Formats: sequence, C-alpha cells, structure tokens
Amino acid sequence: MLSQIFAITGVNLKSIPERWGPSLVIIIGLAGVVAVFTALLAMSEGFSATLAATGSKDNALVMRGGSTTELNSGLGREETNLIKLGPGIRKGADGKPLASAEVIVIAELFKIGEKVNGSNLTVRGVEPAAFALRPKLKIVEGRQFKPGLRELVVGRSVSKQYDDAQVGKTLRMRGSDWTVVGVFESGDAHESELWTDVEVAQSSFGRNGYSSVLAGMESEQSLKGLGAALKADPRLNLDVISQQEYFSAQTKQFRQTIGILAVIVTSIMALGAIFAALNSMFAAVATRAKEIATLRAIGFGGFPVLVSVMIEALFLALVGGLIGALIAYLLFNNMSVSTIGANFTQVAFAFKVTPVLVGIGLLISIAVGFIGGLIPAWMAARQSVTTALRSA
Amino acid sequence: MTKTGFVIANLFRKKARTSLTMLSIITAFLLFGLLQSVNVLFSAGADFLGTARLITQARVSFTQSLPMRMRAEIENVPGVEAVTQSQWFGGVWQGKDQLVALAVDPLRFHAVYPEWDLPEAQWKQFAETRTAMVAGRKIADQYGWKVGQKVPISSNIFPQKNGSKDWVFDLVGIVDGKDEEWKRQATQVWINHGYFDEENQFGSGSGGIYLIKLKNPDDATKVARIIDAKFENSPDETKTQNEKDWNLGFAKQFGDIGLIVRWILFAVFFTLLLVVGNTMAQSMRERVPEMAVLKTLGFSDGTVLGFVMAETVALCAIGGLIGLGLATVAGWFIAQSGIPIPLRVEWRVWTAGIIAILLLSIAVGLLPALRAKRLKIVDALAGR
Repeated sequence: MLSQIFAITGVNLKSIPERWGPSLVIIIGLAGVVAVFTALLAMSEGFSATLAATGSKDNALVMRGGSTTELNSGLGREETNLIKLGPGIRKGADGKPLASAEVIVIAELFKIGEKVNGSNLTVRGVEPAAFALRPKLKIVEGRQFKPGLRELVVGRSVSKQYDDAQVGKTLRMRGSDWTVVGVFESGDAHESELWTDVEVAQSSFGRNGYSSVLAGMESEQSLKGLGAALKADPRLNLDVISQQEYFSAQTKQFRQTIGILAVIVTSIMALGAIFAALNSMFAAVATRAKEIATLRAIGFGGFPVLVSVMIEALFLALVGGLIGALIAYLLFNNMSVSTIGANFTQVAFAFKVTPVLVGIGLLISIAVGFIGGLIPAWMAARQSVTTALRSA
Repeated sequence: MTKTGFVIANLFRKKARTSLTMLSIITAFLLFGLLQSVNVLFSAGADFLGTARLITQARVSFTQSLPMRMRAEIENVPGVEAVTQSQWFGGVWQGKDQLVALAVDPLRFHAVYPEWDLPEAQWKQFAETRTAMVAGRKIADQYGWKVGQKVPISSNIFPQKNGSKDWVFDLVGIVDGKDEEWKRQATQVWINHGYFDEENQFGSGSGGIYLIKLKNPDDATKVARIIDAKFENSPDETKTQNEKDWNLGFAKQFGDIGLIVRWILFAVFFTLLLVVGNTMAQSMRERVPEMAVLKTLGFSDGTVLGFVMAETVALCAIGGLIGLGLATVAGWFIAQSGIPIPLRVEWRVWTAGIIAILLLSIAVGLLPALRAKRLKIVDALAGR
C-alpha cells in the first residue's frame, strides 16, 4: 500500500510542470491568502509589542481616580508630594524616592511634506527620575535637555517623520519655540513622544499640576501596598496600576478590531482560494484521467490514488503558503506605521511577523489544500476504469 | 441559436469549471464590496453633512476644551447665524458601554442643527430643566429609554461636586433625524451644558468645541479664516473647518486605512486574474477546432473575437454583480445588527465594482480573444 502511494505520488509531483497553469493558480491563490493574513496580524502584533514593551511590572503609574488615560488625569502638587511619600517606593541614587511626576500636553506637528493636516503628538514633561525608571530609553543622538530651558529630546520615530524635529532644529509648538537637542530610542511607545523638563512644560503651557506619577516599586507586591495606602487616605482619589498593565490595556481595542478584520478578510479569501483549488485539482485530475485509469487497470488501488492527489494538493498549497509568508515578511516586517493612541495622539509601531503567525498561515494553507483536494481526489479514485480509458 | 445564446451555451459547457470560477469571482467581489465601502467611509466621509456648518476646535487637539468666553466673540463674526458649545462628557452606560454624550446649550443647538426633530415643547423643556437630557431614537431604543424616565449615566472624566461620577438625567425627549441619513446618526445623547458647567468638579467655563451654523454656506472659508485669525497668538488658538472636513480629519488619524485596503484588494485581484485567466485560456485551448469551424462557416475574425470577449465579460459580470449584491446584503445586515461600523455598500462602491469588472474582463479575455481572432483555419483544423 505504502509503496503504491509513494509511486503514484512521485509521478503526480514530477508531472506538475505539465500542468503549471492550474498549479500556479493554487500556489498564488494561497500565497495571497497567507500574505494578507500575515500582514494584518503582523500589524496587530507590532502594535501590542510596542505598547507592551512600554511598561515595567514594577513601575507603578498613579493617576487621578477613574481616569482611563493620562489625558483624563490631573494631579495637584500636594497630591504628588503625598504619592511620592507612599510605602514601597524604591530610593534613587540620591536617597530620594524614585518617582517622576509627569505632565502630558498634546501638540500638533506636521509630518515631513504635509502642510494641511497636522498630527497630534504627546509632549511629556518629566522629572530626572523618569530616565532611571525607563532603563531601555537611551539618548542616541545629541544630548539631554537642560532643566529650565525650552529644550526637547524627541523619540526616534518623531525625528524620522516630522518636520523640524531633528537635532539642532527649532520647533514651534503651542505658541512657543523649542530647540530639539537630542533623539532617544526606547523600543516602545515613548518613541512617539517629545520630552522636556516638567517645570518648563508647566510654565510654557499654563499648567499647574501633573498628569501622573511614575514610581519605581521595590517589587511587584509593593505595588498593591502602595495602592492600599493611597486609597486609605481620604484626601486622595487615586488609581494605582502597573505601567505594563496600563499600556497593554490600550492595545485591546486595536487588537480586537484588527483581529476581526483579519478573520473576515482571510475567511473570504480562503473561501475563494478553496474554489480556485477545487477548480485546479478537478482540471489536474481530468487531464490525467487516462493515466489514472491505466494505473488502476494495472493494479494500483483506489486509496493510493486518492492519497496521491491529496498530497499533490497539499504540496501546492504549502508551497503557496510559504511563498505568501515570505512575501509578507520581506515586504512588511519592521515596516513603520503609526496610528491613533490612547491620548488621541499618534503612536508609531512596526509590523512584526512572528513564527507563530507563519505557523498559523501554513495551517490555513494546509486546510485549504485539504478541502480543495478532497473531492477531486475522491472522484479520481472512484472513476470507472473503462469509461476513463475510453475518454479521448 | 442566436449569438447571445451561443455565448451562454459555451459558458455552461463544463458546468463544474464555470461554477467554480464564478464562485471565485463572487467571493472576490464580495470582499471588494466590503473593503471598498470601508475605504469610502474613511476617504469620502459623511457627504450628507455639507458645508453649511463649521466646527471650531482648539488648534492643538480637539481633546482640549475651548473656554466659554469665546462663544460671544464667535457669535459676533459676520456670517455666523448660530453657535453652540459642545463639550464631550465621556458618558458611560451601566459601567461598560461608551456613549457619545455631549453637553450643549439646548436652544442654540436646536438652531445649529435643524435636522434633529423634536417637538418644540420638548426643546423648551430641555432648555428649562437643569437636569434634562435628550437622546437619539436609535440609542434610546437600544437601551429601552422612555421619555419621562430618569437615566443614570456615569462620566469617565467628570465627577460631580460631591465626588461621584454617577450622574442622573431626566429624559425629556427622543430625537429623530429628519431623513434617512440623519436617522442613521441618531445615536447621540445631549445634556444641558448649564447643569454640567455648574455641577462638575473641575470648574466651569469648558466649552469643548464650537458648532457654528452659517448664514450662507458659501461663506465657509471666509468665516473660518476670520475666526481663526481672531484667536491667533492667544493661549487658545483655534482651527476652524467645515463639518465634513472635520470628520475626514478625524478619520485620517487612524492611519492610512486606504493604503491597507488597496494592498489587500491588489492581492485579491491579482490572484483572481490568474484564476479566471487560467480558466478562460484552458477553455479556449479546448475549443480551437470549433472556432476554426465557425470561421469556415463564414463568421468574421472580428465576430469570433467578439464571442470570446462576450463570454469573458458574461462570466465576470455575472460573478461580479452577484458578489457586489452579496456585499450589499452583508452591509445591510451589519447595519441592522448594531455593530458600530457604518458599512454601506453604496453607489460609489458599485461604480468602482463595475469598473473593476470591466477591467478584469479585458485583462483576462484580451489574449485568448486575440488568439481566436488570428486563428488560421487550416492550422487550427489540422491541430497545429
């Protein structure tokens, strides 16, 4: 039985070049399905990876009670002082609590080449502890801003995409002029932000308070302790969550939307691919009706014929799937895009083609190949030998 | 046997092959219909809005609330017929469903938006009752709200002076849109800005954005420029656009959706080209002797080309129209089911679809048709 299967399959596969038209249809059809699927989910993966990377489990983000984003949150000076005295906060190198009270302000910048529609970006006023709390953030060009001056360090994706956001240039924001003195990289959502000294931000933009406090905790457990202590204080109305939780919650909506889009588009395309595969396999079987009948006449069983046709369909489908995954990887992996983030500001991220995605894509190919090959294979095995031999 | 009959008969010779090819075309156009309507949504925006209204927002971001004192200045600009503030409330129903809830000045809002239908008595009640709210018919039906009932809506941004984020309003009216388009948009909730202004913990004076009705739609650009010039170099710089552009700008922030959709459609159509092209090529190859016979009988080269093209167009057209039809039905189902994606497969999508069908037919049918036209009878009959 096995040797029969090998023999017929060998013949089938070797003769594929004779049917390159229909075979190409299956390959390219599946390449398309898998490429689109992979690209869409790579977008979702990339966005979540960027935002998930933007958080550490042992950093606590403290905002006004009930705020879902830093944009909605506002804290006064007394409140931030009380927060910084909370239990469980690590001490920085200077012996003071390692916490950064930050204020975010939205600015409108124009992308390079764009004159009409500006994009909203987040300007974050920070205290020196902000850098210690985000160890992945490094200044790669220029220098750090000097406190007290209207100087900015901008994230890599900002300097790449926006006008006047390069080192040495002067940016006009909200009625004041700022000098870009450095560029930083952090591999997360902060790369879409512009940073400056918090007090300069407050005075330039007319703000009295802060948006949030980021505090480095001694451990993940001390986060709960801080939360409890702050809740117990009747003067305060605050929420404490881990920085990582805050950012991953923001990706939920986007991931859901893209997930639904990917499922719908891929299902419809897979359906189309199944029809195309059925068409091709029927044609493949029809052109070889006489050969298959001859094989049957000389003693090959019906089951080996069925299996061999299935293997041909699966083989073509897998080749198509691999090509599709490759195309998606080559074209889209690490491609930079940006979309709207939680504060209605732009967040840049890169497509991320992961092995899991490729795996799922190949599974889809196998499924399509299987369904597309089954009926033609079944019919090929069941053909009456004499009628088939007679057909001209 | 007429020429048309001949074309159709040929089309359905190999039923399995034709049906499968047609199913491929149908699925491709189903996808085309759905994706293109998403594209249209993001690029064409809401055309029914027109240019008779302007929206003024803070220059940097619409999330920044403009101060109430600007309203009087905007009102004094010549060409402005009515203006109302509109402050985002951040309304949430039963702790989980986000609402589009806006705090407006009731009578001014009525003047700016005559398209919202409500009995005059109820507009008055809205204005005179502090805690009043009105809701669009669609959202009221969705949550079963009845006029006269107290509706608890919490805000995820603004607490009341007593610290609680749970507000309660009196529903005094259910708003209907004046026509189909507006009825579809009746999903918003409006509360009394006066009450909001007094009662919210963060202080009074937040105007949000300003909705402006123009005396004459042609003045849109001029008035917009005057308004923005008034507040230039002030701490509250403004950006004023007509309503349609404002909606478009908002959609644009989601990113280049158009590009993504175009890429997907490109992949789909490239594959489809191959699938249908292969079928037509195969079919023509099998029928070379027949075409030779047709030519022998006296049909001209051009007529034979016509037969092939007609067959291709018929295949693509039938499949394409069915596909677009299915997409329209799917869009209708989505609209009924309340999923908040306003997907409508409308005339713009159909036009694009028909153009796609024609282009596909030409791309797929041209080569086989030309080959059929140039067939030499003797060679064809001899099997060369």
